[in-house]
Amino acid sequence: MQWLWDNLDLVVGLSLEHIQLSALPIVIGFIACIPLGWVAHRFRLTRAIQLTLFGILFTIPSLALFVTLPSVLGTKILNPINVVVALAIYAVAIMVRGAADAFDAVPGDVTRSATAVGFSAVSRFWTVEFPLAGPVLLANLRVVSVTTVSLLSVGALVGNGGLGYLFINGYQRDFPTEVMIGIVFTLVIAIVFDQILVGLGRILMPWSRTMASADRAARRAGGSA
Amino acid sequence: MIEFHGVTKEFADGTLAVDDFDLVIPSRKTTVLVGSSGCGKTTLLRMINRMVDPTSGFVDIDGEDIAQLEPVKLRRRIGYVMQNSGLLPHRKVIDNVATVPLLEGVPKREAHARALELLDTVGLDRSLANRYPSQLSGGQQQRVGVARGLAVDPNILLMDEPFGAVDPIVRADLQQELIRLQQELGKTVVFVTHDIDEAFLLGDQVVILEIGAHIAQKGTPAEILANPANDFVANFIGSGRGKRRLTVDASVTSSGDDLVLVDGAGYAAGVVDAPRGVIARPDSGSKSRSISNKTDQAGDA
Repeated sequence: MQWLWDNLDLVVGLSLEHIQLSALPIVIGFIACIPLGWVAHRFRLTRAIQLTLFGILFTIPSLALFVTLPSVLGTKILNPINVVVALAIYAVAIMVRGAADAFDAVPGDVTRSATAVGFSAVSRFWTVEFPLAGPVLLANLRVVSVTTVSLLSVGALVGNGGLGYLFINGYQRDFPTEVMIGIVFTLVIAIVFDQILVGLGRILMPWSRTMASADRAARRAGGSA
Repeated sequence: MIEFHGVTKEFADGTLAVDDFDLVIPSRKTTVLVGSSGCGKTTLLRMINRMVDPTSGFVDIDGEDIAQLEPVKLRRRIGYVMQNSGLLPHRKVIDNVATVPLLEGVPKREAHARALELLDTVGLDRSLANRYPSQLSGGQQQRVGVARGLAVDPNILLMDEPFGAVDPIVRADLQQELIRLQQELGKTVVFVTHDIDEAFLLGDQVVILEIGAHIAQKGTPAEILANPANDFVANFIGSGRGKRRLTVDASVTSSGDDLVLVDGAGYAAGVVDAPRGVIARPDSGSKSRSISNKTDQAGDA
């Protein structure tokens, strides 16, 4: 504990770096997976190929990606952009399939009736399909959020790992307390991110809880009949 | 007035859903398209708001070829009510009713005020305005669907089996409500159903369809009941099985001045007014709805 108070500046600084470097790929991955997921949902023929290709991205070892990206992007090895891009690639790899499922889950009745009453294709996407895909998108985003926060620590090997620095440093100095502090702070960040996402979901999708409870009621009624 | 001229629809998979279809749908009346599933009735309905475009032939609304109109604009001036209401589950009832006015850029206050009036029109309590569709019963959702269909005060209201998914008591309720609304509003209603009793109850003009949207017969319910054009129609409306041919069963004495009617198979189907044993003849011109209603109810029971 004493170590923590003595090095509070360091830990807080690394935490802020950790937050920044993991939040960016989560946001970028989320934005990128929306058109990609929609394309997979919309074009059945190419869906399997597309989803497999993006799934394969996740099998690239993270360290290999961190060290090869500089030559692809033309950046220096210690540039934080490398880590952000790598983690964004993983985020997309995880989330594209989920995003396709999310758009699949929008009831066909609802989109048809939206078309029938006169939504244009663009307004139907933004005001009907996207919000209704929201609950499944959120579920996937939560997985990505936790994964990204923990995966970022590998970036410490190329100088941009946020709290991952404490793992390497603590290991090299054979000082477990430092490693433990790193784990605890990483966990706290992951939990805070998750709670923020859940809170955003409640604010932006107040209807989803009423639907879930209606579903449960219907299942209960069905079960007792 | 909606006119179909030699309309054919062949889907990409080769199904001929509609084969050379002609029909005039008069204004301010209810026309019911009725037939078994797969007969093309819903495809016909969707051609009116260009959800489906004909492979050949054309559809006119008040003399204007709708193929020349922009689909989104056309749809916004036609009311559409479908089975399972098709409401937007993420929007409150009031926003669902106001959907199209809001799309058209009507200010929110104005659109909401009008939506509340529409809830009155369809017999829903205003307190439901801030609920989500999933918090309503099936019948209530269907009423919201009707209110949404009426929101832009369209001349034409398309109804695709709107009461198909609710229980018989609620359905009867909604049917009566539609009859009342139609007397008040006088829209051009095109109603699709597979239920012949519903078709006869609601339709000024009833069009019975066979596979490929071939018209087996069209006319008023009375015309069709009195003279089924062929065996298909007779079977479809039930007269082939004697269900609609009712005779007085003198062996059963009922209370008061009613006589019991039995169908061709001998099952009790209803009663008829018969003061002092003489069957009452309604004034010519008035529909004999009281009798058909009674047979409907006996059929449900």
